Amino acid sequence: MEEKIQEIKGQIVSELEKARTSKELFELKAKYVLGKAGIIPGLMKELGKAAKEDRPKLGQIINSLKEWASDYFARKEAEINEMEKNIRYKEETVDITMPAKKREQGTLHPVTIVKSELVDIFAGMGFKVLETQEIEDDFHNFTALNTPEEHPARDKQDTFYINDSFMLRTHTSPGQIRTLTTMKPPFKVLIPGRVYRADDDATHSPMFHQMEGLVIDKDITMCDLQGMLDELVRKMFSKEAKTRFRPSFFPFTEPSVEVDVSCFECGGKGCKLCKGTGWIEILGGGIVNRKVLENCGVSPDKYTGFAFGLGIDRIAMLKNGINNIHILYENDLRALKQFKD
Amino acid sequence: MLAPLSWLKEFVDIDCTPEELEKKLFDCGFEVEEVKKYGDKLDRVVTCKILSIRQHPNAERLRVCEVDAGKYGVLQIVTNAKNVKEGDIVPVAVDGATLATGDRIYNGNLRGEPSYGMFCGGEEIGIDDNFYYGASEDGVLVFRENFPLGEEVVDLLGLKDYVFDISVLANRPDCQSVLGIAREIACALGKPLKEPDYGFTAKADKSDEKITVTVSDKELCPRYIAHLVKDVKIERSPVWMTRRLALCGINAINNIVDITNYVLLELGQPMHAFDLKTLEDYSIEVRRAKDGEKIVTLDEKELTLGKDNLVICDGKKPVALAGIMGGLNSEIESDTKAVLFECAKFKRDNVRRSSRTLGKSSDSSKRFEKGVDEYTTERASYRALNLIERLDAGRVTAVRVDVSAGKPQENREVRTTFKKINGVLGISVPKDVIVGILEKLNFSVTVDGDNITTVAPPYREDVEGYPDLAEEVIRMYGYEHIKPTLLKKARTTSGGYSKEQKNELKVKNTLVKAGYSEVMTYSFYSKKDIAALGLKGGEEEGNVIVIENPISDNYEVMRRTLVPSLLEVVSRNLKRGNAEGRIFEIARTYAKKGETVDDFPIEHRHLCMAAFGGEEDFFTVKGAIETLSENFGLKFNLGVRAEKTYLHPGVSAKIILGGEEIGAFGQVTYETAGAYDIEQKVYVAELDYEKLSAAFGAPFRFEPLPRYPEIKRDLALVADANLTCGEIEEVIRSSVKNNVKQVELFDVYTGEQVGEGKKSMAFTVTFVAAEDKPITQEDVDGFVKRILGALKFRLGVSLR
Repeated sequence: MEEKIQEIKGQIVSELEKARTSKELFELKAKYVLGKAGIIPGLMKELGKAAKEDRPKLGQIINSLKEWASDYFARKEAEINEMEKNIRYKEETVDITMPAKKREQGTLHPVTIVKSELVDIFAGMGFKVLETQEIEDDFHNFTALNTPEEHPARDKQDTFYINDSFMLRTHTSPGQIRTLTTMKPPFKVLIPGRVYRADDDATHSPMFHQMEGLVIDKDITMCDLQGMLDELVRKMFSKEAKTRFRPSFFPFTEPSVEVDVSCFECGGKGCKLCKGTGWIEILGGGIVNRKVLENCGVSPDKYTGFAFGLGIDRIAMLKNGINNIHILYENDLRALKQFKD
Repeated sequence: MLAPLSWLKEFVDIDCTPEELEKKLFDCGFEVEEVKKYGDKLDRVVTCKILSIRQHPNAERLRVCEVDAGKYGVLQIVTNAKNVKEGDIVPVAVDGATLATGDRIYNGNLRGEPSYGMFCGGEEIGIDDNFYYGASEDGVLVFRENFPLGEEVVDLLGLKDYVFDISVLANRPDCQSVLGIAREIACALGKPLKEPDYGFTAKADKSDEKITVTVSDKELCPRYIAHLVKDVKIERSPVWMTRRLALCGINAINNIVDITNYVLLELGQPMHAFDLKTLEDYSIEVRRAKDGEKIVTLDEKELTLGKDNLVICDGKKPVALAGIMGGLNSEIESDTKAVLFECAKFKRDNVRRSSRTLGKSSDSSKRFEKGVDEYTTERASYRALNLIERLDAGRVTAVRVDVSAGKPQENREVRTTFKKINGVLGISVPKDVIVGILEKLNFSVTVDGDNITTVAPPYREDVEGYPDLAEEVIRMYGYEHIKPTLLKKARTTSGGYSKEQKNELKVKNTLVKAGYSEVMTYSFYSKKDIAALGLKGGEEEGNVIVIENPISDNYEVMRRTLVPSLLEVVSRNLKRGNAEGRIFEIARTYAKKGETVDDFPIEHRHLCMAAFGGEEDFFTVKGAIETLSENFGLKFNLGVRAEKTYLHPGVSAKIILGGEEIGAFGQVTYETAGAYDIEQKVYVAELDYEKLSAAFGAPFRFEPLPRYPEIKRDLALVADANLTCGEIEEVIRSSVKNNVKQVELFDVYTGEQVGEGKKSMAFTVTFVAAEDKPITQEDVDGFVKRILGALKFRLGVSLR
């Protein structure tokens, strides 16, 4: 019996050492240790046939064989598992430099992105957003804005007319009139939207976007205008950005200013973007002309305000380094896809 | 507007550098767009006297000169010039010199003879006859003056100058002149202004002709001054005058014409000079042209006029196009002996419109378009006569006719308070500073406590109220004094996007996540775009608003549908090699309320999407539309075929919301796509965004999770090929009303195995408990039996 056991041990060792896979291991396990058909459990049957006095000793021997086998198999199993794991990871190794697989999203138009940014900045300061009509009449687009009959802006050369009375708005400023004639002061509004001018070259598009800002309250001053615009450029361009006013002229504001922002590319030292001046022109504004308030039935002695208008396209171009406005309206997907929020 | 520094210095003692001056002008509202430098390069080009000339021993065309160049000594110069002789004083570029062209000159050797410099002509010095008479000639410039030798030519001829190109704001027509700019500089520098000399002495003669002036349209011509000058000698103007004209880009012609141009530049008042002998009846009439009336202008172009054009006529015919250009028939000629000067104010918008419609513009019309004031009109007439005397160009007669519309010139008065002026600015500019600035700007100022009364100078027609005074003060005081504040006195208001505006952004973001990129296209397109839709007639897409004055046929009609715009974008992308893409736009459409536009049109937003290339088909677009509806808790019916002329009849559907058709989607017809050179399948969807967004905002309610597990069953069915998925789904749902949660098609097969005219469709049906107890496999067996029975009975569909 002992010889037989030694023989079994020898068999197990020689066969198990050849096993390379968990499947082979399992087969050997079935052959030797598992169930009733296993060789080692089979020995127990033979135990019954042995002489009674030999049984305890034989039982001991078989048990120790069982223990040995179970240890041995467990060790071997761990070994094979480790090996198989390593093989699997090795086999599954990929070329990590291969291109990524993406579920491609679309993008928002840069004008929408900049518009949202602007609205977010002004929303925090209490501005509501109004979208007023694009086809306007003479009163809203010109007359009420104190643009006299003989003003060149009224030329058919510059304005798209539908007929003698109606035209495509040339700026978002008629939104000021729409607001002043319908809302009760005090208020702060932003009026973004499409505007149209008969001009088409590298820096002009016959359609583009503006945003008008209007604040009507009591005792509004130029200081308030600059304070608000400083806030705008700090949030829009950089924490260090500041504005500069210089005298200008718009029929609907008095005083009128052109507003420059300190160059966010060079910080004001002078570079290509700011043409060496350290400043970039971004918008126009001023104190609402008393005549505009009068034209809208708002008492200029009671209320004052400031207004400003900026080109959303221009800001989008400045922020993104676009030098041709038509990039915005050609809608080439290779361009559009570059604009992430 | 060009202003030479040397000319400005005649009126103001400018003691700062040109750079400092540029900054001063900028700060007070006059942006200098460019500073053109004259004579800045010319260096070591000096005067010399030719002592002797001999033939070059080795070159037939060269001569060797010995010159006295003052402190540069006696030099040998080799030249090919033929126009010099011994004793001439000429310019020579000595060793190391720089010419006006930027070229450098060094000592050299020509065919064996050393040359220590080069004689210069006008071109090398950068001048022509306008700067020194004779400089336009070929060859070496020979000075007429007995200039000292060895001195820089640039200094002797006063060539160094700076010309400022200044942009003048529209409300400051008074600054469209050298004097106007000088006035601003005087104020900015705190210096007195030296006015030009307006003095002259009229000398009457019995023989002086009587002139009549009639102004028939006083609205278009509020002021007309005519003054007769006789015994005119037409000559070249002196260099001091031609030089200034040239610096401002105007060619000298003759003394009379040059005087009118000089006054134009100096005072901003256009003038005209008629040859008296060409004026029929010695009379002038200012009137509107008759329709079809013709004039040949000085540039020898014939124009056909209409009643909106103002003309100056003599007793018979038009002799000038008012404010724009004189007529060839009354031009000043070399034999002109008597000149009638015109100095007038023409209404600016009339000049502008005539100039535009006739396509004729001039320095004169450009000034009139910006506006001239009558104060200057009068002064300019005096200045021209002063110059006649100064140039000794003729005799100023006493024949003067001044026709005015009768409205006296009023200096604008403003009564206000310092508090109001400072109230606009938000800072406290001291009273004496305010008064000082306004006085320097030639306002007369009266102060009484906080009250201030100002009277603007006559040329300042733009000053109407205290905000204008505030602007005058701050632009001179300096905008850097403004201290930014954040609406310290204003009331708090709540801001931000409205719910509706937020939804629009949410729609956009939903589509972006679904792979669609936002585009922005023009609101107008061509009539060809409408034609491409193949409309039958009567559809709203074709009932468009037309722009009266488009810049091109491509932008002629205001769109009712965005589909053509997006197809254009698809086409452009395909042409540029972008093989696939998904795009969308939310933009307005424009609908007139009646036949014609006599009320504000209706502006409704549309949402339009387009997809092309790659895996795109009808169902990917359908998926995007469903994603959109699901995101807003809406349910679209997409199961009814669309009837759009530009959509494939078999691959398109209506978008129905709450029983109302709000749009359509599907494959664009090959014909419409072809009109955009698109040769592949392209899919579009367009929805009335107003109707869509009106349905947004239905209150959201959380749906409790099912308490019991759901059970799924797959059913492989064989149906007639023409049965739709929707019809089968409808029967499945209706046959087991409350227990079917979802019906999903996962496979369609046609082929031999299912037989001719048949198709196999495999569905996964998800069953849920309808009551408050779990459903069992046995329950589901029963449901499936009912479903199969109904399919067989109603549609002839059987289990495969």
